[in-house]
Amino acid sequence: MQTRLSSLVRGVSKHAARLLIVLGLGGFLGATLVRLAPGYGVDEEELDSRLNQESIQALRQSHAREDSLPGFYVRYLIQLMKGDLGDSQTLHQPVRQLLAERFPETLKSVGIGLALAWTAGLTLAMAAVMARARAVDLAACLLASVLLCIPAAVMALLFVIAQAPGRLVLGLIVFPKIFHYSRNLLLRSASLPHVLTARAKGLGGFRVFLWHVLPVAAPQLLALAGVSASLAFAAAIPVEVLCDLPGIGQLAWQAALGRDLVLLVNLTMIVTLITLLANSAADLAANPRRAGEA
Amino acid sequence: MKWVRLAAILFLVVVSVACLSADFVAPAPYARQFREVPDAAPSSQHLLGTDDLGRDRFSRLLYGTRVSLLLAPAAALLSSLLAAVIGGAAGFAGGWLETSVMAATDLFLSLPWLFLLITVRAFLPLNVSPIASVAITFALLGCLGWAAAARVICADARTLCGSDVIVLARACGIGGFRLLWRHVVPNLKPILYAQFWISIPVFILTEANLGILGLGVAEPLPSWGGMLRELESFSSFSAQPWLFVPLILLMVTVSCFHLALQNEEVWA
Repeated sequence: MQTRLSSLVRGVSKHAARLLIVLGLGGFLGATLVRLAPGYGVDEEELDSRLNQESIQALRQSHAREDSLPGFYVRYLIQLMKGDLGDSQTLHQPVRQLLAERFPETLKSVGIGLALAWTAGLTLAMAAVMARARAVDLAACLLASVLLCIPAAVMALLFVIAQAPGRLVLGLIVFPKIFHYSRNLLLRSASLPHVLTARAKGLGGFRVFLWHVLPVAAPQLLALAGVSASLAFAAAIPVEVLCDLPGIGQLAWQAALGRDLVLLVNLTMIVTLITLLANSAADLAANPRRAGEA
Repeated sequence: MKWVRLAAILFLVVVSVACLSADFVAPAPYARQFREVPDAAPSSQHLLGTDDLGRDRFSRLLYGTRVSLLLAPAAALLSSLLAAVIGGAAGFAGGWLETSVMAATDLFLSLPWLFLLITVRAFLPLNVSPIASVAITFALLGCLGWAAAARVICADARTLCGSDVIVLARACGIGGFRLLWRHVVPNLKPILYAQFWISIPVFILTEANLGILGLGVAEPLPSWGGMLRELESFSSFSAQPWLFVPLILLMVTVSCFHLALQNEEVWA
């Protein structure tokens, strides 16, 4: 019991350390990109026609001194630790405020989408494996394959035309990946020797599935949960833009069109943090002992 | 299922030939405007009608298919090469290089793909020429899509380095670059081919998403993503069904890549 607990603690601390390193690196990369992007530090003061060329040069040099890359990064980190994510250049609002307004909307969409995708994907995968009927498997595979070939943005447009709720689109985008992965995993587990023996001994189909197939596939299915969160967040951009849902996906698109780099980098960092947390949680839940050893 | 795969490959060949010969097959250049017939329904002159600027949709579909269907494999080639170099070197060298590369792939795979893509796209100028926009879009796809493939290749290279063939080659005094070039890389070819094929439909779909969001190939150059933007002004499914032709072509093409890929995976 104690060994289990200590390996779990070790696993959590290793994941936390990795998270911090990745965030530090990501933050540095983001700050570097913002600092080096064309147009950074251009001051409206420079447009003052009364200033001569020398004054403009002096202004630029003072900005360059203020904003050397290490200095910029240190200031960025200090602000980040205070919870100040900077101001959006296009929307002229603090990034923190924008995130507070928009994040709940995206979380709601992603939550509904993931719930739908997992319910449909896992149910169909289980049906395909348990029924062992070619027609069921073929129909489910066909549906998933068709959905896999439609771009997320087109699916969102079709929902707008059909006046259907846009949040469901996220579910349909993630569903085929969950279905294909779960089906393959469950099929592989169902063909293991101990499952065949259990069947040969006359155990019922549902019991075999619940006690012998699902436990084998469960760790990898849990690992898929983390990946599915990343897929859903990525799909949130076209869905929120086209279905007019005011979430962070729509915000990211507005920031990209306006080249609002401060907002974009912070958004990407935060979404990365969430997906990393989801992946780590899934990893720990799937196999706490191995996570400690990793 | 061999006939299904053959049919898929045949379809891809036909579409590729048609789009490559767009200069001869297309009834008009993709940017030519027939100002007297904007938003026209399909007719013998304009097989898929015209768009709101009076441009022939069939011609634009042919040229757009050329852009999407030729440049997605180019981007896939770039990402596969990057994955081969990065993943292969990490798997072959092992140690800190492998650990660093795996950490970098972890970071890349945790970043939601579209967020990363539009962030990097936004760092580059948005008002560029159409040709530059094509190059930027597909170069970005190629440069940012290497992580998953590198992970697979690294794992494969690591397994290969412990295999009897490589141990024997090392025992015979072969080492360094020669070992990598003559023995490791040829054995990684099947997995590289598979990664290349996997990437193509992913890049086609991503370009379509970027195009619809206005961050892909710039007008007047057509691409599947750009053409699908027309669906934004669509009001009902029965009003202009011919607007769905680019979507159907995209779906069938992506399906054909998946079908062709299934056997490629079996072979690998």
